[in-house]
Amino acid sequence: MNDAKDERRPAGELEASVMAALWAADGPRTPGQVQADLAVDLARTTVTTILTRLHDKGVVGRERQGRGYAYFPVEDAPGLTARRMHGELNRGSDRETVLARFVARLSSDDERVLRELLESGEQ
Amino acid sequence: MTALLLIPLFLPFTAGPLAARAIDRLAPVAALWTLTIAATVLAGASVSALGALVLTGLLKLPVFATFGELVHPLPTPSEAFVLPAAAAATGALTVSAWTLLRWALRQIRALRTARRQADRSGTAGDLCVVDSPLPDAYALPGRPHRIVVTTGMLRSLAPAERQALFAHERAHNAGGHYRFLLAAELAAHCHPGLRRVRDAVRLAAERAADEAAATAVGDRRLTARAIARAALATHASPSARPDFASAATTGPVPLRVAALLSPPAQRPRMASWIALLLAACAAVSACAAATGVIAFHHEVEIAQGEARR
Repeated sequence: MNDAKDERRPAGELEASVMAALWAADGPRTPGQVQADLAVDLARTTVTTILTRLHDKGVVGRERQGRGYAYFPVEDAPGLTARRMHGELNRGSDRETVLARFVARLSSDDERVLRELLESGEQ
Repeated sequence: MTALLLIPLFLPFTAGPLAARAIDRLAPVAALWTLTIAATVLAGASVSALGALVLTGLLKLPVFATFGELVHPLPTPSEAFVLPAAAAATGALTVSAWTLLRWALRQIRALRTARRQADRSGTAGDLCVVDSPLPDAYALPGRPHRIVVTTGMLRSLAPAERQALFAHERAHNAGGHYRFLLAAELAAHCHPGLRRVRDAVRLAAERAADEAAATAVGDRRLTARAIARAALATHASPSARPDFASAATTGPVPLRVAALLSPPAQRPRMASWIALLLAACAAVSACAAATGVIAFHHEVEIAQGEARR
């Protein structure tokens, strides 16, 4: 049991990780399933507390499942507007923005080099 | 005097090759600071030099000479040289001012859109999730700092890789990297020779965040894999814009991945030489511009009859 290892991370970071796990999942997840989906080591009670807090904030919904709840992310009703704005953001050249993007665009050469690097990294 | 003003206009072209080497040799954070400061100084010097050239040209025209209360003609080298130089300087300044203004407006619009989008989407801690199949993630500066990630990106990464991504974006925010990117971008708009330095600053910021993420998750290989997977997912997404300027050289992403897969570098002694060369380049440029502008000012005073030769 190394449950408590990541408990001392800031609450905001833990909420972010739990939220990301819910969005990445296909359907509603129970606290136990969320705990298994996380790369950080958290006690199940902690996961439940975080999920309850997110539910209170209204960013996740929940439904009865067995004796507990299964949680799912709330899609904003005008999800379309978000998508449109995202498109708007994408149009500008990403070479010239002050937003620090995680990854820049790849050339086809880059793609080949990356795949080779990944393969050599797996060994 | 006029010849002195040409130095700051040519030196930025030598900074490009130096910047590329600085990325290889210096630690990412050191490279970020060195390159950004050098770019800012070089840009400031070149703009001052252009400004002095423009004024020289204007004061050669009778209208402005009267307006500037010149009682003697301004002492300059042959007019056959000064007038075309001044005209070219005016053109260059106008073009940079125009592109800079357009760029700034576009940035402000993009940042507003990003902030509005972040405010509307579901927020947990510092994370904003945007429901979009296009894999994308970025750090959004402002109060409070946010990290914006699309569902497309979340779904293409494994849980541990998501932690690496979050650590990377948080490092951008904690390090205030957007300030460096902004300064480098402004510099690149002031002088075309500084575009390569701007690209190097962007790479240095990414490398700094990569190293911080690797330290935070305690695994360089995992961080490398997260970057590579995210890049490949972005590349594969069908709605991604076609890359018309597909470069023949290796882009920034493979460099970042390769740097993480190799053991933490032992910095060779060359590192300090590169930093020194960049500093010297910036210092010479600044001195030449300052001396040129002061000499120009003195000559204007002579022409105004206020000072003696």
